[in-house]
Amino acid sequence: MTAAPALSVEELSVEFRTRSGIVRALDNVSFAVGKGETVALVGESGSGKSVTAYAVMGILDPAGKVTAGRAVLGGLDLLSAKPSQLAEVRGREIAMIFQNPRTALNPIRPVGRQIADVLIRHGNVPRREAPAQAIEMLRAVGITDPARRARAYPFEMSGGMCQRVMIAIALAAKPSLLIADEPTTGLDVTTQAVIMDLVAGLANELGMATIFITHDLALAGQRSSRIVVMHAGHVVENAPTRELFEHPRHPYTAELIAATPDAAASLEALAAIPGSLPDLRRTDLPPCRYSERCPRKSDACAQPLPQAAAGSGHIVACWNPLPLRAVNAPTESAA
Amino acid sequence: MTILLDVADVSKLFPVGGGPGLWSRLKRRFVGGPQQLPKVHAVDDVSFVIDQGETVGLVGESGCGKSTLVRALTRLLDVSDGSIKLGSRELSLKPSRVFARDRDRARIQMVFQDAGESINPRFTAFAAIADPLRRLRKLHGAALKARVETVAAQCGLPLQLLTRFPHQLSGGQRARVGIARAIAVEPELLVLDEPTAALDVSVQVVVLQLLQRLKKEIGMSYLFVSHDLSVVRLLCDRVLVMYLGKIVESGPAAGVFEHPLHPYTQALVAAVPRLHDDGAARLRLSGEPRSPIDPDPNVCRFYGRCPRGADACKTTMPALRAFGDRHVACHFAEEFLPKTAP
Repeated sequence: MTAAPALSVEELSVEFRTRSGIVRALDNVSFAVGKGETVALVGESGSGKSVTAYAVMGILDPAGKVTAGRAVLGGLDLLSAKPSQLAEVRGREIAMIFQNPRTALNPIRPVGRQIADVLIRHGNVPRREAPAQAIEMLRAVGITDPARRARAYPFEMSGGMCQRVMIAIALAAKPSLLIADEPTTGLDVTTQAVIMDLVAGLANELGMATIFITHDLALAGQRSSRIVVMHAGHVVENAPTRELFEHPRHPYTAELIAATPDAAASLEALAAIPGSLPDLRRTDLPPCRYSERCPRKSDACAQPLPQAAAGSGHIVACWNPLPLRAVNAPTESAA
Repeated sequence: MTILLDVADVSKLFPVGGGPGLWSRLKRRFVGGPQQLPKVHAVDDVSFVIDQGETVGLVGESGCGKSTLVRALTRLLDVSDGSIKLGSRELSLKPSRVFARDRDRARIQMVFQDAGESINPRFTAFAAIADPLRRLRKLHGAALKARVETVAAQCGLPLQLLTRFPHQLSGGQRARVGIARAIAVEPELLVLDEPTAALDVSVQVVVLQLLQRLKKEIGMSYLFVSHDLSVVRLLCDRVLVMYLGKIVESGPAAGVFEHPLHPYTQALVAAVPRLHDDGAARLRLSGEPRSPIDPDPNVCRFYGRCPRGADACKTTMPALRAFGDRHVACHFAEEFLPKTAP
């Protein structure tokens, strides 16, 4: 990426204060999203994918606190911005699609009105024209009979249709950055494919940068140009998608790929990842939070994690990365 | 192979608008009795068999009737029509409440979706596994304790976890409790309703391998319900594809996924994300499924979303036809047959 990135997250750390101690949910997370680029954040549940998105949007739970770092969007640091500045940016420059559209939509307001609300607030659309434009938005996201559907409430629609409405709301003001947090979890694969086509098509049309959060490595591989792998609040690897699958360098990435059903021909060939995420409340967390599960652990792992040079295409936070060679050739051609 | 479960012409209809409210009561009075109410055809005339020791996958999108079908098979619901035979025993005659105390209840058990939600939160892991043993095997005291501990060990559940409540267990451990509870009474058929849907890939692998091992050890048959085709492909010998209450395709798992014959199966297979794939545009379904409320019996359920749809689909419902070891309910299945005979 030669152009300035649309969003750059720099050394972001987030803590949650709970009754049982401080949870260090994010530690020194850095990545950048270029204009028009789709970056996938992948990792198991609890790895900090959603917390990253929430911190950037400024919608962390009140117990959560950003302790360090910056998130720069078009010259503005979102993490130190005043609430009034944030309110201008949110919805207009940066929008989010949430997991589970049914609970994210307002249940007692017709969906057309919900889209019109965003158009009036962020899209500089006169109040009088908003309803008609909302219907156009519904048409753009592929809802049949949009004029009738605009008057429907979320409970009257299927999960796939609710997600289309969410997308229409997120894209109403033509933001420059879209954060999609597991947009298709809970939808059928056929609907998932259609929704992902829709997001990709609209992102392409509007030249929008997209952060795509998912736990499905195969889906991330299909839909992003770069993948950021997270584990226990750390970014462990950040690489162009094709390179990540062909030459995973971090042991965790390699194990994640080996555990994903598609890569293996048989159940026996699938490898489970031993151990579980460390308790992030511990005060004696090792510098590498994966080291206690890691098959390649050595004495070097007690040092602070290596800081990759900025600007390099493939970043690995590991002292003993896997050597650069072709791992077992892809076997998918039989499928 | 001997047939373990024989399902013939099973249907399950739910009347809609039959609520107890004033509006529904008035409407019923003016429209007619409950038999005139419109009905959701959740499962419509479904027939299939499961052989002993076989793993059968059941796939389809949400709302297609997968869960209703397995609830009817496990006798948690009464069927509207048809017969369910387990071995030589007809299961569909007794109402589900009576069947709950039947001695054959233990022969067919179920692992529910999301063990975190389906285990009683006030039961410890021990109590959850012991409950079916108490009710169906009438075990008590030391015998009960010994059996629970054997089953827990079989499922890879450390004994010290047995005193914990569901919220104190991780997702993978809860899944193990759900499986242990179901296999405790040594069923012949285990019905698994999306057992790994709530789990991370790293844990999913362990649970799938556990299921594979248990099957070999105990010699059960599985009916594996899932919307994740890559998982079904790994575990199942044969698959059934359901669409809006009907089985549209069935056959050996490898064949169905490599050469899907029904247009719906083709779309389903095309939609599965794969590693090492650029996501190039392939077959996509447009629109929403037809309404399952009193569907026209002469129109193919997939008509309207089907890329191959023609006039014949509007006038005759395609029946399941056999192509070798495959069954397909489509007028145009011949067109999709691979050029070299399968």
